Amino acid sequence: METVINIVLLTFLCITALAIVQIRKLFCAIMLMGIFSLLSACLFVTMDAVDVAFTEAAVGSGISTILLLGAMTLTSIDEKRPSYQSLIAILVVVVTGAILVYGTMDIPPFGTPDAPIHRHVALRYIQQSPIEVGPPNMVTSVLASYRGYDTLGETAVIFTAGIALVALLGTYRRKTGSAPQKDKPSTLNDHLVLSIVSKMFIPLILLFGLYVQFHGDYGPGGGFQAGVIFASGIILYALIFGVDKAMRVISPSALRLLSAAGLLLFGGVGLMCIINGGNFLDYNTLAQRPIDGQHLGIFLIELGVGITVFAIMVMMFYAFSNRKGRSA
Amino acid sequence: MSWIGHYNYWAAIVLMMLGFYVVISRGNLIKKLIGLNIFSTSVFLLYISMGKIKDATAPILVDSTLAPTTVQVYSNPLPHVLILTAIVVGVATTAVGLALTVRIHERYGTIEEDEIRAKDDSL
Repeated sequence: METVINIVLLTFLCITALAIVQIRKLFCAIMLMGIFSLLSACLFVTMDAVDVAFTEAAVGSGISTILLLGAMTLTSIDEKRPSYQSLIAILVVVVTGAILVYGTMDIPPFGTPDAPIHRHVALRYIQQSPIEVGPPNMVTSVLASYRGYDTLGETAVIFTAGIALVALLGTYRRKTGSAPQKDKPSTLNDHLVLSIVSKMFIPLILLFGLYVQFHGDYGPGGGFQAGVIFASGIILYALIFGVDKAMRVISPSALRLLSAAGLLLFGGVGLMCIINGGNFLDYNTLAQRPIDGQHLGIFLIELGVGITVFAIMVMMFYAFSNRKGRSA
Repeated sequence: MSWIGHYNYWAAIVLMMLGFYVVISRGNLIKKLIGLNIFSTSVFLLYISMGKIKDATAPILVDSTLAPTTVQVYSNPLPHVLILTAIVVGVATTAVGLALTVRIHERYGTIEEDEIRAKDDSL
């Protein structure tokens, strides 16, 4: 049964991707991209990757669709036909694909328990992490404790991307004679159903974001997902009631502070471990019992990740939506 | 039925090639970024497929006092960690790409690659 679901979803995924390749309207392509992400999130669930599915559903069909739409409204809606022949492109793609398929012949079939990938560190993670680190969710243990360096690096990448985006687009709206903005409130506030339903949903989304953040040790979830979900609550508010109102709720300067604070919290925990006589990000030294130290360390760095991701995501949305006001 | 065992990998390769095709054959910069997203999703799919073990469960420890009879096999948590951070990093880098596209549009008035090149040459 699982295999059938798997194959059907994969086939749908390929069909959606083909449609994205074919379609000329960027709006349709972006909407299909949302469907594509949702389908791949379903696939991740069938393949036991619940944390990944969570992230893909929140990021792929939520934030990235919004960002693509924002960029589309600032540029053009249609894709022109390419003026050059793409026969060579097809040839390159087919040849590369054939070589890759040839390469898969040596990979053990899907689901093999004794494949090489399961022979190395994974065994240690699965058997020892509940004893050494504590949280029942092994993904959290690996993410925050065993591979804390990676996660720190990735948080820094997200932070850097946020800085780059602000450098490129700016967060504030320039107030130079944009008077005609007044008579055209470009919000969806006039739609009664939308505004009432979203008013009901936003607190629930924010609450769910907090739950995902703090329950990440025990179930699927964690800082990355929680940050994105919390940000999507704020973005929904901004979409319905206007960016100006949202910026009064959380101002760009507060976001800038928060994004740095999250990363600093992460790095600070690492430094704290050094001060207590351990290695960088060695949480065992944070408390009397190593397991308590691990718990505290994971809690703090997940919080740091969540804060940074949340702040950067909202900042990105502000940057795109304020650009609109600027060029109009 | 040997093909079923590799269907996941082949689907990932098909997706990867579709994304690759969009990136190299389309002139529209936003479309290129969409293609890049398809490409990266295919990589995610490949990793997660490799981590899956048949009849296993998600890598969240099952309380043995609640379900003592079931033998627990967990899927490999390591690819999950790598991919979950990669997704968020992916959206952040896509956003930077989109910001560059917006700036290019402000400067050149178009996001079609050939038109941008034509304007560059005429300068």
